[in-house]
Amino acid sequence: MSSVIKQFLYVNRKAPYGTVYALESLEVVLIGAAFEQDVRLLFMDDGVFQITKGQDTADIGMKNFSPTYGALGDYDVKYMYVCKQSLEERGLTVDDLLDLKWEDEDEDWAEKDSIILVDREEMKSLMTDADVVLSF
Amino acid sequence: MGLMVEGKELDTDEEGYLLDLNDWTRAAGAELAKTESLEMTDSHWEVIDFLREYYDEYQIAPAVRVLTKAIGKKLGKDKGNSKYLYELFPYGPAKQACKVAGLPKPTGCI
Repeated sequence: MSSVIKQFLYVNRKAPYGTVYALESLEVVLIGAAFEQDVRLLFMDDGVFQITKGQDTADIGMKNFSPTYGALGDYDVKYMYVCKQSLEERGLTVDDLLDLKWEDEDEDWAEKDSIILVDREEMKSLMTDADVVLSF
Repeated sequence: MGLMVEGKELDTDEEGYLLDLNDWTRAAGAELAKTESLEMTDSHWEVIDFLREYYDEYQIAPAVRVLTKAIGKKLGKDKGNSKYLYELFPYGPAKQACKVAGLPKPTGCI
């Protein structure tokens, strides 16, 4: 395995179902994290719907893959940024989102929130700071 | 290709993984273990049960690194290492244990 760790920022901009982008992004996130890279996610535009609570896909015949975001903490994915404006524009608040956590091994597995609200200015620096930006 | 379990044929893929995880029963797990030449013990089943619970909650089979860490937390540090898991499942805990548990092959499986 490569010892070089890069910071990957996955930018998720589309609604979870209807196209395959959200699921494909999640698959690549899992692979990147399995290879112990520094993997971070940013949800903006309709992408914020990917991590909303209470998704029910029974009537559209697709698998509801939203529970999988809950496993990302186990993969050491600690930063899931969410665009504040995108939430507001859709009438959503952070309470409508999944309760995503990671556990800090250095602090006796204390649970910490993975979701961090950011504004558009902060998103700019997130993209500048990442070694690799992948947009889905 | 299928797997005969208690007189019923269950659908599998070309590598012998169950196509429908709802087909899984303990008996199916035992048959799947035979295809991997595994002698199942309580320690094996403990890992299998863990994997099925993990899948039920998160809809994925965990990568080996994640499995190791999570097993260590749940079942004790002496079990949360790859040596222990590879002793139980010599051809790869993720690959073999997921197969016996009736789960799809894990994403990023190497």
